[in-house]
Amino acid sequence: MVDKRRLHTLVVLVENKAGVLARVAGLFARRGFNIESLAVAPSADPRISRITLATAATPLDQVIKQLDKLINVVSIRELQPEDSVERELLVATVRAFPETRSQVMDLVRIFDARVLNVGHDKLMVSLSGGPNRVDDFESLLEPFGIVELQRTGKVALPRLASAGGEVGEF
Amino acid sequence: MEMNGGQALMQSLEREGVEIIFGLPGGAILPVYDPLLESSIRHVLVRHEQGAGHMAQGFAQATGKPGVAMVTSGPGATNIVTPLCDAHMDSVPIVVITGQVPYAAIGTDAFQECDTTGITMAVTKHNFLVTEASDIPQVIHNAFHIATTGRPGPVLVDIPKCVVDPRNPRSKLEWYEPEGPDLPGYNPQTAPDADAVAAAGRLICEARRPVIYSGGGILKSRASEALLAFAEMVQIPVVTTLMNRGGFPDDHPLCLGMPGMHGNYTAVTAMQRSDLLITLGARFDDRVTGKVDAFAPDAKVIHVDIDSAELGKVRVPEVGIAADCRKAIEALTAAVAALGGRDAQPDRREWMSTIAGWKERYPLTYDQDLQGDVIKPQYVIEELRDATPDDTIVCAGVGQHQMWASQFWSFNHPNTWINSGGLGTMGYAVPASIGAKAGCPDRMVWAIDGDGCFQMTAQELVTAATERLPVKVAILNNAFLGMVRQWQELFYGERYSEVHLTESLPDYRGWAESMGCEAMRITAPAEVRPAIEKANEINDRPVVIEFRVDPEENVYPMVPAGASNDDIVLSPDHLG
Ligand SMILES: Cc1ncc(C[n+]2csc(CCOP(=O)(O)OP(=O)(O)O)c2C)c(N)n1
Repeated sequence: MVDKRRLHTLVVLVENKAGVLARVAGLFARRGFNIESLAVAPSADPRISRITLATAATPLDQVIKQLDKLINVVSIRELQPEDSVERELLVATVRAFPETRSQVMDLVRIFDARVLNVGHDKLMVSLSGGPNRVDDFESLLEPFGIVELQRTGKVALPRLASAGGEVGEF
Repeated sequence: MEMNGGQALMQSLEREGVEIIFGLPGGAILPVYDPLLESSIRHVLVRHEQGAGHMAQGFAQATGKPGVAMVTSGPGATNIVTPLCDAHMDSVPIVVITGQVPYAAIGTDAFQECDTTGITMAVTKHNFLVTEASDIPQVIHNAFHIATTGRPGPVLVDIPKCVVDPRNPRSKLEWYEPEGPDLPGYNPQTAPDADAVAAAGRLICEARRPVIYSGGGILKSRASEALLAFAEMVQIPVVTTLMNRGGFPDDHPLCLGMPGMHGNYTAVTAMQRSDLLITLGARFDDRVTGKVDAFAPDAKVIHVDIDSAELGKVRVPEVGIAADCRKAIEALTAAVAALGGRDAQPDRREWMSTIAGWKERYPLTYDQDLQGDVIKPQYVIEELRDATPDDTIVCAGVGQHQMWASQFWSFNHPNTWINSGGLGTMGYAVPASIGAKAGCPDRMVWAIDGDGCFQMTAQELVTAATERLPVKVAILNNAFLGMVRQWQELFYGERYSEVHLTESLPDYRGWAESMGCEAMRITAPAEVRPAIEKANEINDRPVVIEFRVDPEENVYPMVPAGASNDDIVLSPDHLG
């Protein structure tokens, strides 16, 4: 695992066309760089997809310039954590035996997570939040026994305003 | 007007001004070869698809116009991967059309199916998979726009058979004229930033030991005249990289010739000692810099390149200018003129006389005994140079002969030197020369080739003979993969491993004759000039001259791979 502090978040707007993700991913792969997390979906404009990716690739400046050379890439922007709001979704199936179920439920309540599905000795839970909060939740679930887990990779948008705390984070 | 995709493809190519296509048909591209019969476009039938790609490159490098190649799916497409990669490395504008299996068959391992766009993604500037016949006019226009603007490069268009086959309803479309490129993410910036230009102008007027480091971007942006005017105004010497030989005239007093691994002493050393490198359309290739940490240690750098990703990729410039080379040079000229032009230049007499001293002490040398029976390869090049018109187009393969050609020819016009610089593709010379001749039928075109290279693509001489493209080929037959032999001699203690080719097998003269060429074999120095003169008289078919040259001759000077340019090794003739 890479040191999370070295990860950069890039928001890449691309044409919403077949093969574009392969071009972006291929550019990283050819240089031996890993993409730590990735989220892709159409933006408000259906012709444009928004890719949010986290990478430790260096030098970042070269990565951005090379990405920019891809014909289908419309724009690239690096988001600094302090200037952006990040969200990630976690869905996990956790062991929840009669003697531990209430402890799992406590965690769900504390984190404001949700129960999606209930089995005899398992619970499926979900949490959306900032990556740190999702990390904490995941590590606290671990001792109970995680059967399966999927995180979406983070999405991010620039913060609207920082002045006077007028705009809060919900 | 209703038409089918094949007709639309031809019409689109005509609309882009295409006059010639190099190609070879096959199943998947068959429907396009039918409307070709009605088209004004000339088709040159090659003998191997690699030849088609290199011909398109040679055409583009000689004319400055995009070259076009067309091949079938599967093996046709894979055979053209090398030229695509070559064009990608050397920023040569070509458009390659490949047939593809019908859309419904893609992904089924159909006969002659391959993932062409997947395979070529890393070796093209961009590629397209056409999915609807109605996309053809727009995609072809986009392809030419991408290939020829910004940093030029190869573009591939993969066309499934169903969208061009008139028997398939999917191939019907209503013809339309594209209004312009439809590429929201592609918008190359060509205008230089005024502040950066001003800063560069000031650096130039302060520099005591400046050198203009000019690269292939000069030719790509047609900036030769601008470069000449700029260099003459500031009186700063110019080195021309392997990709820009001819972009600044070799016979100009400010020209220092080629730098790099086999560059001449003066060009290499002037860069090493300079205090300012005015880098114009060059990319600090490892073959030029040698050991990067030791390259031009005292130099500040001005770097002009249309591809902003080149700025700071290898060497961080003091001033980076992401712009078209010609526009940037014109802006620089104006900026320096505003500061006083030549009068604003510091006294550089010491620097210029140091350079003149190097030129005199360390010229390129070789030792030809005119009475003897051994022909030196450099002698053949000098005789060729002196016996041909000044604007002769010279194409080279890859190896020792390529370096000697670049060193000993005198290139005084842009686009007269055509070679494979970045990829170093053996076999480039013969097909590239055919493409150049097709683009410039009134010019003399000589390929200077190695015996190893010649054996890789010689079959295209059949194409040249059939299509009446009378190129001339000089094979410097040293019976070795000479450049590799040289490295084994110098760096592997003369342990020669798999570098010997047989002098008389193949019989080059007989082989060339069988391909419809006039052919000669030359074995003595006295025969060299008459043979060239005879070849120059023949214009109705290709000519091949096999020169049996000294097998042991090495290319000097040489900066060993990974060494500092300070450790340049001169020819043994210089020792003592
Ligand atoms: C396709 C390809 N294969 C291998 C090489 C490696 N290589 C570089 S130069 C050279 C020797 C070329 O021999 P020849 O054509 O006889 O030219 P010479 O060096 O003798 O002038 C080789 C094998 C290459 N550049 N390209």
